[in-house]
Amino acid sequence: MPNTNNIRFIQGNEACVEGALYAGVNFFAGYPITPSTEIAELLAERLPARGGKFIQMEDEIASMGVIIGASLTGNKAMTATSGPGFSLKQEAIGYACMAEIPCVIVNVQRGGPSTGNPTHVSQGDINQARWGSHGDHAIIALTASNHQDVFKVTVDAFNLAETYRTPVILLFDEVIGHMRERLTLPEEDEMPVVGRLRTSVPKGVDYHPYLPREDGRLPMSDFGSEHRYNVTGLYHDMWGFPSNDPGVVSELLHHLVDKIENNWESICLYKEHMLDDAEYILISYGSSARSALHLARNRRERGLKIGVLELLTLWPFPSEVVREKCANAKAVLVVEMNMGQVIAHVKNSVTNPSNVFLANRVDNQLISPADIKAVLRMIMGRGI
Amino acid sequence: MGKGKSVKHIIDKEWCKECGICVHFCPKKVLEPDKLGKVEAVRPEDCIACMLCELRCPDLAIQIQTIGEGE
Amino acid sequence: MYDDSSAFDVKDYVSDDPRPFDFKDYVRGRYFPHMWCPGCGHGIVLNCLLRAIHELGLDKSEIVMTSGIGCSSRISGYVDFHSLHSIHGRALAFATGVKLSKPSLTAIVPMGDGDALAIGGNHFIHAARRNIDITAIVMNNRIYGMTGGQFSPLSGLGKKATTAPYTTIDNEFNVVELAKAAGASFVARSTTFHAREAKDYLKKAIMHKGFSVVEILSQCPTYFGRKNKEGDAPQMMELYKANTVPIGSKKLEENPNLIQRGIFVEDKDRAEYCEAYDKIIETAMKGNA
Repeated sequence: MPNTNNIRFIQGNEACVEGALYAGVNFFAGYPITPSTEIAELLAERLPARGGKFIQMEDEIASMGVIIGASLTGNKAMTATSGPGFSLKQEAIGYACMAEIPCVIVNVQRGGPSTGNPTHVSQGDINQARWGSHGDHAIIALTASNHQDVFKVTVDAFNLAETYRTPVILLFDEVIGHMRERLTLPEEDEMPVVGRLRTSVPKGVDYHPYLPREDGRLPMSDFGSEHRYNVTGLYHDMWGFPSNDPGVVSELLHHLVDKIENNWESICLYKEHMLDDAEYILISYGSSARSALHLARNRRERGLKIGVLELLTLWPFPSEVVREKCANAKAVLVVEMNMGQVIAHVKNSVTNPSNVFLANRVDNQLISPADIKAVLRMIMGRGI
Repeated sequence: MGKGKSVKHIIDKEWCKECGICVHFCPKKVLEPDKLGKVEAVRPEDCIACMLCELRCPDLAIQIQTIGEGE
Repeated sequence: MYDDSSAFDVKDYVSDDPRPFDFKDYVRGRYFPHMWCPGCGHGIVLNCLLRAIHELGLDKSEIVMTSGIGCSSRISGYVDFHSLHSIHGRALAFATGVKLSKPSLTAIVPMGDGDALAIGGNHFIHAARRNIDITAIVMNNRIYGMTGGQFSPLSGLGKKATTAPYTTIDNEFNVVELAKAAGASFVARSTTFHAREAKDYLKKAIMHKGFSVVEILSQCPTYFGRKNKEGDAPQMMELYKANTVPIGSKKLEENPNLIQRGIFVEDKDRAEYCEAYDKIIETAMKGNA
């Protein structure tokens, strides 16, 4: 009999919770909002059962404040929301970037803008994830198109947050969040989990919270332990105290952006499906990618040389990867459920942007293989 | 604490911002601004060590030590 | 009970530490002189707070000071504790994250008018409702100082400010009543003139297990004082002496507009949030066994 103990048939939101627990999340703060609420509900039950803490705050802004405070005090902390709540969180996300505080923010995207369609899908928050917070900053945002990957990128999100001392955004969507699919839970040591890097500076020695080590990493010190220091959203010196000095400002900004942009190769995750000889390439992500993949497999059976580049990392945008993979394509179709967000970045990345087309759907329904096929036929000159 | 005890007025003139609070509220008029406006104890022998100057200084610039207190 | 020349011992809360109080033990001296204007009341609040902490004998590494944005909130950078200078209005939320993570820490949250009662108003009432063991210090200078002197929800009627050039038409919050109504289990009010009293209320507030609110009237001579002709710092402090009375004073019969100082709420029986959540963890973990 095969071992079925680690197989689940669950919603994507629950797969995300499983991934977070696997990665060691022990603190959640949030506010209910469709279609992410299940994440809060599940963690309300499961966290205290393993000694972790859950708190429902009065709004999404407070939730961000709480997880930042909790992370500083040594916890792996996360929150979950959707569009309107994601908008509320932007200031605090910028704070976590500036103060270099690891945390994970899940945005299960729904129809927008504004209240939009709480119970229906869209992928409208991609650019917001990059630039929702003011000022120059870098950000990491991951996504997934099936529950096994939801689990995996959630673990990745926590690992990247710890490695780069940054907030990481998980951009799922309502279809992935609510649909039920099989998930196989990995064994305990099967996937790497990055722990909190704490300073080895002993008590009584001056600890600099913002002085990078030679390898570029910034060891942390839990609030409440022996090293006392300041944390602020202002530009700051290596002790964390506010500074206006032009040299300090320039160095810090470069550090904040470079630490992520320069490491894109380690951060940019993607999947290749049938790309080796592909003449037509579909670039997609999230639930759209399921339809893209279905269509590509279907067309391959009919002899079309078509493949799919599935993005798991949306930010930093994998420009080099896109340029390389699309170098020999006759046409590239970006498949997404918005008015064209990722497509702009694809166009900026490829050598021939006039070959990049949008296959989209924005009526709150999941884009179907037939929708993509219609656009493909147009591009191929074959009409409807 | 009272008359007859020696009192030391430890004033940090870099931290003092010349707000005049200690001068105004001293019950024995011990303190006055110097040429630059920084506070100094001009009549330290009159000080009764009531501590109000130290308690109310916004700049943490004045501390009172009565002789015999921890050195 | 308090006059301006008597020493007062709060017998319940006196440390065994024989060291005399020295400011320099409790601050990050390299950043002094601080950025507040000459005569700013916030410096006196800092003074009272450091003294309170010394007298309680608290370990500096057990204290987390969380503040928001504004002149008041700059206090956190100057103290030699764990300090978290967060975003405008959200200090209580950040502090909730720290406190709930490690309830053994002493959480102190100094906030200004806007941080506590404008943008931060929602977090203020919810923190009170939860009765989480945090000490909120409302440094009430009736103005938004850092941004140049705009009126605040604590300015009151008929006051001049840069965004009320024809005087304010807004009433002010009564911080004590608001805190009470929201469920705070310790509520007190004092002023920078009454520095010893303020220090003692801060001591009690910190030792109180639950959400404590200490409102301290603090002068802004640069904006509120100047625009409303209240004089310089010493003169504004004289006004705190003249216009405030202890709770229940007979002077209120003649002048009901006098502001009351004292401890308005001290409820030691209300359940504290972190302790209550620890019981949830106990229950939840038993369910697993």
